[in-house]
Amino acid sequence: MPAVSKGDGMRGLAVFISDIRNCKSKEAEIKRINKELANIRSKFKGDKALDGYSKKKYVCKLLFIFLLGHDIDFGHMEAVNLLSSNKYTEKQIGYLFISVLVNSNSELIRLINNAIKNDLSSRNPTFMCLALHCIANVGSREMAEAFAGEIPRILVAGDTMDSVKQSAALCLLRLYKTSPDLVLMGEWTSRVVHLLNDQHMGVVTAAISLITCLSQKNPDEFKTCVSLAVSRLSRIVSSASTDLQDYTYYFVPAPWLSCKLLRLLQCYPPPEDGAVKGRLVECLETILNKAQEPPKSKKVQHSNAKNAILFEAISLIIHYDSEPNLLVRACNQLGQFLQHRETNLRYLALESMCTLASSEFSHEAVKTHIETVINALKTERDVSVRQRAADLLYAMCDRSNSKQIVAEMLSYLETADYSIREEMVLKVAVLAEKYAVDYSWYVDTILNLIRIAGDYVSEEVWYRVIQIVINRDDVQGYAAKTVFEALQAPACHENMVKVGGYILGEFGNLIAGDPRSSPLVQFNLLHSKFHLCSVPTRALLLSAYIKFINLFPETKSTIQEVLRSDSQIRNSDVELQQRAVEYLKLSSIASTDVLATVLEEMPPFPERESSILAKLKKKKGPGAVSVNELEEGKREGGELNGGGERGDSSAIAGSNASTPSPSADLLGLRTGPPVTAAAPSAGSLLVDVFSEAGVNDDGFLRDLEPPTESSDSLLAEGPGDSDSAPPSVVSEDPATPLPESNELLNKFVCKNNGVLFENQLLQIGIKSEYRQNLGRMYLFYGNKTSVQFITFTTTVTCPGELQSQLNVQSKTVEPLIEGGAQVQQVINIECLTDFSEAPLLNIKFRYGGALQNLTLKLPVTINKFFQPTEMASHDFFQRWKQLSLPQQEAQKIFKANHAMDTEVLKAKLLGLGMALLENVDPNPENFVCAGVIQTKAQQVGSLLRLEPNAQAQMYRLTVRSSKDTVSKRLCELLAEQF
Amino acid sequence: MRGQESLDVAKGRRVHVTGFLTSAFTAIRHEAYAHGIQCNINLKMQFMLLFSRQGKLRLQKWYVPLSDTQKKKISREVIQMVLARKPKMCSFLEWRDLKIVYKRYASLYFCCAVEDQENELITLEIIHRYVELLDKYFGSVCELDIIFNFEKAYYILDEFILGGEAQETSKKNVLKAIEQADMMQEEAEAPRSVLEEIGLT
Repeated sequence: MPAVSKGDGMRGLAVFISDIRNCKSKEAEIKRINKELANIRSKFKGDKALDGYSKKKYVCKLLFIFLLGHDIDFGHMEAVNLLSSNKYTEKQIGYLFISVLVNSNSELIRLINNAIKNDLSSRNPTFMCLALHCIANVGSREMAEAFAGEIPRILVAGDTMDSVKQSAALCLLRLYKTSPDLVLMGEWTSRVVHLLNDQHMGVVTAAISLITCLSQKNPDEFKTCVSLAVSRLSRIVSSASTDLQDYTYYFVPAPWLSCKLLRLLQCYPPPEDGAVKGRLVECLETILNKAQEPPKSKKVQHSNAKNAILFEAISLIIHYDSEPNLLVRACNQLGQFLQHRETNLRYLALESMCTLASSEFSHEAVKTHIETVINALKTERDVSVRQRAADLLYAMCDRSNSKQIVAEMLSYLETADYSIREEMVLKVAVLAEKYAVDYSWYVDTILNLIRIAGDYVSEEVWYRVIQIVINRDDVQGYAAKTVFEALQAPACHENMVKVGGYILGEFGNLIAGDPRSSPLVQFNLLHSKFHLCSVPTRALLLSAYIKFINLFPETKSTIQEVLRSDSQIRNSDVELQQRAVEYLKLSSIASTDVLATVLEEMPPFPERESSILAKLKKKKGPGAVSVNELEEGKREGGELNGGGERGDSSAIAGSNASTPSPSADLLGLRTGPPVTAAAPSAGSLLVDVFSEAGVNDDGFLRDLEPPTESSDSLLAEGPGDSDSAPPSVVSEDPATPLPESNELLNKFVCKNNGVLFENQLLQIGIKSEYRQNLGRMYLFYGNKTSVQFITFTTTVTCPGELQSQLNVQSKTVEPLIEGGAQVQQVINIECLTDFSEAPLLNIKFRYGGALQNLTLKLPVTINKFFQPTEMASHDFFQRWKQLSLPQQEAQKIFKANHAMDTEVLKAKLLGLGMALLENVDPNPENFVCAGVIQTKAQQVGSLLRLEPNAQAQMYRLTVRSSKDTVSKRLCELLAEQF
Repeated sequence: MRGQESLDVAKGRRVHVTGFLTSAFTAIRHEAYAHGIQCNINLKMQFMLLFSRQGKLRLQKWYVPLSDTQKKKISREVIQMVLARKPKMCSFLEWRDLKIVYKRYASLYFCCAVEDQENELITLEIIHRYVELLDKYFGSVCELDIIFNFEKAYYILDEFILGGEAQETSKKNVLKAIEQADMMQEEAEAPRSVLEEIGLT
């Protein structure tokens, strides 16, 4: 091969590169470069026209200088001139320069596009490829505008050379990513899909990337690719290692193409066609089998290529999550890798197993590897592998192994890398809470966490332990005792002092009977830490002290003494000073009764999303990533996801806004301690609390947000004001929903997204997702007017017995919607048991002074909690017979409201959430479905049969399920759909 | 669809969560779910860097539009991180929300940044195939070949990977394309040498 001589097409360049390499210092290099730049500049500016060769050489030198990291501000024009050279190498250097130093200089872009246009129409395949590479490398919007129409034609034209097709496919992909709006499919969709059948493996390899991307965006239009991909994959998988000639890589047939095919299939649900599915399952089995065969080569490339396919196949198996046999086999295979001598394989096995742990079919199989994973956490030398092990332990944790896993994670924390400590702390905190059977274990775990990794224990973690202790009286005494003991340690983490202060302030009385922890001992213990603490902690401690005065009158004089001391009452920190002054005054003027009311024990916190989880999510979410910020499409597609995160972060922002000073406020008082409550400064707060019932933006750090009545208890029940706010301010008169709301509800039985309601002022869009017995709904309130809506509030209520059937939590929504703007609300739904009614959504706002009030039904229907169940004909009829009690069946015969189109019916039934079973009913006109409704209390298996009678335009619908109410409700809901 | 792996938390949750965590877990699950389903348009490979043990950048190929300053910053960060790795550590690194896949060949590190859900092993073999291509073309390639013939290294890469995706994985076909180009160069230059020969004779 004459390769080595290739560089000396340009001797001057080689000399220059040698010079640079010989430079002894950075300065010398810069000097040499400047000399060269001056030289090139003068050549370019010179009167003598440069020949192509010199131009090429100088442009190449400039490129080299640029790649060394220096700025280049000239030469672009010369590079563009090279593009129109008819000498290949000159053209090539020109294109290379343009690709590396793209400049959005519009004038140049026009010239470049012209040159590209000429090359594309030259019919010289090598020139065409160069031009296509340039478009793919630059991929700018201007290029998309110029060529998005032309390239598809090149791609599918019969006479295009294979190599050009390959470049055209990827070039188009790049343009599609930059400007999807400009790349129009349509007439050539099916021809592109059929590239999967191309004879030339290289064409298939390139085309499949394009097809995968297009399928992700337009799954329906491209769905014919599934069967083509399966048959292609099957041919590759079953081919002998030599069949594919140069596409065989270290005895593995077409590894890249195989991976891409498997990845394409992950854009779709399992194939519906039985034959295709059978063939695919066969492929997956073959891949799993091959993993067990002895390697055909000792080279790492062989095993890497083979395992790359294996991991991709496992991803597909996990994606389908419907083949228990394959899932368990995948898990066993990964189990072998966990102890492989290749670090890479151990890493990937841990990673992949994490996703397997979430499948109900393989969760148990994953759990059997717990010892190996724990061992990995302890012994792996590479932190990234240890991190994977920690992730997997977190994923495989359940009630049966939580104690072991939490203990291991805690002990790992003592030596864990600093980079992953905070995340580990959050994970331990979440697991401890999630699987706490007895809460004393939970308290111990969190206190251990603070002891071991206090610095990494974020606010969320210690807020949470307090919330839980407050909400569970069975653990309060234990918690008080434990923190008291923990505080005995000579050096305590400040977070421990915070938790200690809070808990003793609330529940110190529970251990005060023991002389070793008498009130004064408790106080002295806390106060011994006071001087070492930061201002926020001191503020919290002061609040704990005033609570002590209420709990233990005997400590009053001691504490008053402390409050009165100059270091408190004249403290330079305003917050501390104010607290000292006010608490001192409160303790001296208020009667015992008043004191007892004001300083009452914290009421339970409303159950809400653990802020720790929110934090953990945030940590792993889109962090400080700049690469991807630039990549527009990246997150936009995941609107729901993004929306959720926006919601979270705004909630966090909100909590910051409501806590201007960092002091943790024990009493739920932000601005006005009792004595000043009546003062003008607190006036607005009072108004807020009373007018905006349920809108709770004062008081406690939001994460510790107490129910409304507690946050204003001080104000409401302060001296001279004895009537307390009603316990649940949120509950409203059950408003009557709009007359059309039933119809609106029916619209959403078979779909999850759409416009729920629209009038002249307001549009409400809805997006929802359900999994198992949980659901999440995003409501988008759009202001259609140009005037803002003010005091916009929404309330979701569960009327009557629905309250005990459905757990619905909604986040508060922004009270102001600007004209033309949209706000979003997230609603979390948990189905406790089956239900028939729908929750009500009440919306109130002022539009131009007029109060608008409307109530709708939220489209949460029992079928949303369906889990489709695939079953064979035999099983179906067996179960059908089992459900033969008369009350288990509901039947309706009704007239068709819509055209009886088979495809539409199928789509609706699929939308219902059940599995549509093919080849079960002997009459092919009929539809049968099976599914299990997941509620927290139980699972309700349901079977359905729909018999259309096209002549009579009638249907007969029969539903059988293990619960009569469910059959009845499903029948009602469905009868409205067809 | 592999779920969103940047959400490690989301990986492998069981469903039977209780009490107050329910909604939170729903949220995570749904995030993962939504993300997976709507697989965004991602560039498989975002950039490729070749650098020496001393941290000198020898080749850089960017498949995402970034400013020069960003490119410099990213290269510095990645090079530093990879050089700090010890031998026998795994070849994959999580960095921001990307995966860095790297391998060292003699004095050169080859390093690719791919999206988080991309197949790591196949990326490792992309690197290897590229090394093979260079090796075959230059005839037992060394760092100097790439320094002095950087433009060739780019051409070979473009034939192999385009827009961050594998275009042609057959070694023969890639080299054939490059050789054809070289032939065109020789043809183009041929007349001159003939003339020179005539002049000499």
